[in-house]
Amino acid sequence: MYLNQFLLLSVFLFCAGMYGVMTRKHTVLVLMSVELMLAAVNINLVAFGAHYNDPVGQVFALFVLTIAAAEVGVGLAIVLLIYRNLHSSNPDEVDVLRG
Amino acid sequence: MAHPWFLENAWLIPAIPAVSFLVILAVGKRMGARGAWIGVGAVGVSWLLSVGNVVQWIQRVSDADDEGAGEGHVEALRAFGRSLARPFAESGGEHAKAYVEPVTRSFSWFTNGGVDLHVGIQVDGLAVMMMFVVATISLLVHYYSTEYMKGDRRFTHYFAVLSLFTASMLLLVVADNTLQMLVGWELVGVCSFILIGHWWEEKPNSDAAVKAFLTTRTGDIGLLCGVIMTYFVAAKGTGDGTFNILKVNEAAQTLGQDGTAKSLLFWCAAGLLLGIIGKSGQFPLHTWLPDAMAGPTPVSALIHAATMVVAGVYLGARLYPVFFQGFHIAGGGVNLMAAVGGITVIIGAALAFVQRDIKKVLAYSTISQLGYMVMGLGVGAWSAAIFHLFTHAFFKANLFLGAGSVSHSGAHHGFDMVSDMGGLKKYMPRTFLTFVIGAAALSGFPLLAGFFSKDEILATAGHNDYVFFMWLGFIGGGMTAAYMTRCIYLTFFGEYRGGHAHDDHGVASGAADHDHGVASGAADHDDHGPRESNNTILLPLYVLSFMSVVGGLIFAPLLFDVSGWSFFEKFPEWVEPGGPGTFFVDFAGGGLHPEFSWSDPLYATLLAALGFGLSYLFFWRHAFGQDATQRRPVLRKGKTFLENKYYLDHLYTDLVVGSVKGPIAAAAYWVNQHVIDAVLRGTGVIVKRVGQFTYDWIDQRGVDSVPDGLAVGTGSFGGLLTRTFQTGRVQWYALLAFLGTAGFALALLLVS
Amino acid sequence: MLVAENVFFYALAAVMAIGAVRVVTTNNVVHAALYLVVVLAGGAGQFLLLGQEFVAWVQVIVYIGAVLVLFLFGIMLTRAPMRADEPLNNDLRALALLPTALLAVVLSIVLIDQFDDTKLGLTEPIRTSEVTRSIFRQYLVPFELVGVLLLGALIGAVVLARRD
Repeated sequence: MYLNQFLLLSVFLFCAGMYGVMTRKHTVLVLMSVELMLAAVNINLVAFGAHYNDPVGQVFALFVLTIAAAEVGVGLAIVLLIYRNLHSSNPDEVDVLRG
Repeated sequence: MAHPWFLENAWLIPAIPAVSFLVILAVGKRMGARGAWIGVGAVGVSWLLSVGNVVQWIQRVSDADDEGAGEGHVEALRAFGRSLARPFAESGGEHAKAYVEPVTRSFSWFTNGGVDLHVGIQVDGLAVMMMFVVATISLLVHYYSTEYMKGDRRFTHYFAVLSLFTASMLLLVVADNTLQMLVGWELVGVCSFILIGHWWEEKPNSDAAVKAFLTTRTGDIGLLCGVIMTYFVAAKGTGDGTFNILKVNEAAQTLGQDGTAKSLLFWCAAGLLLGIIGKSGQFPLHTWLPDAMAGPTPVSALIHAATMVVAGVYLGARLYPVFFQGFHIAGGGVNLMAAVGGITVIIGAALAFVQRDIKKVLAYSTISQLGYMVMGLGVGAWSAAIFHLFTHAFFKANLFLGAGSVSHSGAHHGFDMVSDMGGLKKYMPRTFLTFVIGAAALSGFPLLAGFFSKDEILATAGHNDYVFFMWLGFIGGGMTAAYMTRCIYLTFFGEYRGGHAHDDHGVASGAADHDHGVASGAADHDDHGPRESNNTILLPLYVLSFMSVVGGLIFAPLLFDVSGWSFFEKFPEWVEPGGPGTFFVDFAGGGLHPEFSWSDPLYATLLAALGFGLSYLFFWRHAFGQDATQRRPVLRKGKTFLENKYYLDHLYTDLVVGSVKGPIAAAAYWVNQHVIDAVLRGTGVIVKRVGQFTYDWIDQRGVDSVPDGLAVGTGSFGGLLTRTFQTGRVQWYALLAFLGTAGFALALLLVS
Repeated sequence: MLVAENVFFYALAAVMAIGAVRVVTTNNVVHAALYLVVVLAGGAGQFLLLGQEFVAWVQVIVYIGAVLVLFLFGIMLTRAPMRADEPLNNDLRALALLPTALLAVVLSIVLIDQFDDTKLGLTEPIRTSEVTRSIFRQYLVPFELVGVLLLGALIGAVVLARRD
């Protein structure tokens, strides 16, 4: 197996996630896309860690995981708040800063 | 002379009262009456230091003498210029005197545009003498004031300013450069202003203070010009511009001998003379001195008799080569300085005859005596003039403090002799005695202090070819005796005219303050009539009387050689800067010290006796008939003329100031409104028209079209841009961010 | 070239790729969540292939087990349309391809350029004890900090979302 396999896979997942962040009409789906990006990063980290036979890849992947969990928690709380205030979970409707 | 500690640390002498000023300001109010003792103590310390200075300076002089004339000769040459007309052993019969170098210390304060400004002290005989005089009189006045000003509304403030005054006067005296003298000069002027207006709640007092200040200020115009010119005198004479007094003198001497820079020296001297006229109350700027009597009597004694008014004379003495060369004093005949002094002698004395206020008599007397001093400087009698300053300080202060004593314990606290005094001889015998001693000294009673000093001036005047001024001096002496006799008669003889206390005061703060010249506002004194003053007031009078008696002896001619250390003839030896001949090498006659002859003091004494006699006859014996001045029209006109002080005040206030305030100001206003303003207004109208045109056509139509077009274009384009990029949509922003990131990555890729 | 590994890898990779695409394109919210499960599970599988067993199972437990459930809750609470009627991609879907493609290209070029011939240097699977040793020795502080962060996020989320 080549290292590049994993890395390119991770790139693909990352870009997919990025696309989702930009285009999805539901805030929860945007958060899901962010999770996708984080998963891609995890694969990257672990691949490198494996390549160098160093547990640090896993360790950081663990941290990323934890932080992702925290982020999802807070993010969803915010989504709920926005929903309560605007009765919509469409990110396009949160345009108060519109110039 | 190894370490003359007192001389080198003479800067302490002005510094201590300055510190006391600040201390009294800070804590004086809280200490109440005891705050005054800070001032007394500080001046006391300064007095001790000045005595130390005197002792050490005398020591220094006698040491230098012992070292011989040779070295001194060389020093003198260096200090005072090149050629000596004749060796100084010839002049006046005194032995050759070594040059005693003054003790100087200075440090550079700041430099500006190539001019170094220094602060420093120059301690020589003249300075030491002045320090002693100022410190002594100030100490006595301080002590006197603790009793005299008791209960005053601003007791501690008075002492604070008195300390400041002492410090300023001492600063002036020890200064080693003309700028520092100027600083001291102005400071004493300010202190005089404050102290004259001590009871400023009554308008005449504050008016008097303002008048004093402004009149001396007028003289200070000349002073400032003169001081600046001293810089250039030094520059021309020694090559280096400086304000240092020794160098200025050296330069003036050199320039005078060369005959170059005649004009510079003359105008420099003239400017300084104007300052002297203002400060020392010479004609025509003498009008402030009588009005200054509105201040408390100790102030009059200290400032307007003994110290501040002699600052002008001191200036003349310090910078004497400038005056000597500038006015050609060696030439004899007439010169500006002598003329000013001489006129002042006569007019001051004349005015003293018609005053009702005892302090005003003394004020005019002071003016007259200052005239003597300036005249003395003007005729080349340097040592004599300074000596007269010395003795005058003592007996004039004596007289003033005596007047204060008379008024202080009277029922009225007034100073009007005619209405409030009279017959006080039996109530106040001690004050009477000291007053008479002072008056006798002033009149030149033989063997008292004034006799020696005044006669020395007159003798020198005659000797140096200034005979006219000598006779002026004799006549002035006669007048002096006459008016002082009148004064004594009105005050101490006859019936007591002062009433008992009538109406109450009503002045706020219940302080027993003193009205001057206006016999109004009776004090709510208890009804006891006049009585002798207490010892605090009398003690300074005793001391000053003593000095008035013996002070003359240090300049007495060497008639008797008391074995061993002779006290006579010491004054010139101690005080004069160089050997007698070195200072005034151009003197045609005997120079500085004429030989003693019996004729001069004889004339003087005779005329004084004549004056005394005429007064005595007039007052005691009513020899000329009662109310002579009322009955004879000539005499009446003369008296009115004198009473109006030669209408000089009228001249100054109504004509000079009034014309400026009235017609000239109105004319200036008219010119301003109709001529200058018309131009401005016309310009304004034109500009307005042009502006309008420019606005309508060029600006609105022409120039604005460009930015207007640009604005519209920018607006549309900008609007487009902003509308595109500021959508308020998060995902749009996210897109832009990711695009940026990708772009960066691409850039990095391409670059590396 | 070990065939089994590669087969597994490519199979998993294909599944993951399709799942990822579907996450961002499907019109059904719940389907998107389920596709995400697929991707994450595939990721766990990849971890196993890489010999990193600890993180693989942690991913399953935490990510799929907890985070995704959270997402489902979020969907439920925000009353997302659970049917696939309207499209769920906004009008940026065309323009968004630009940065996506750009980044993909750039990264791929870089990676291919750098790591093209690198074989995976894995010798043997990394054991959990090594991982934990690493955490509790070298990376103790980040570990603790992450714990604190989690606590903070938890409290924050509760505070934000409570109804009062």
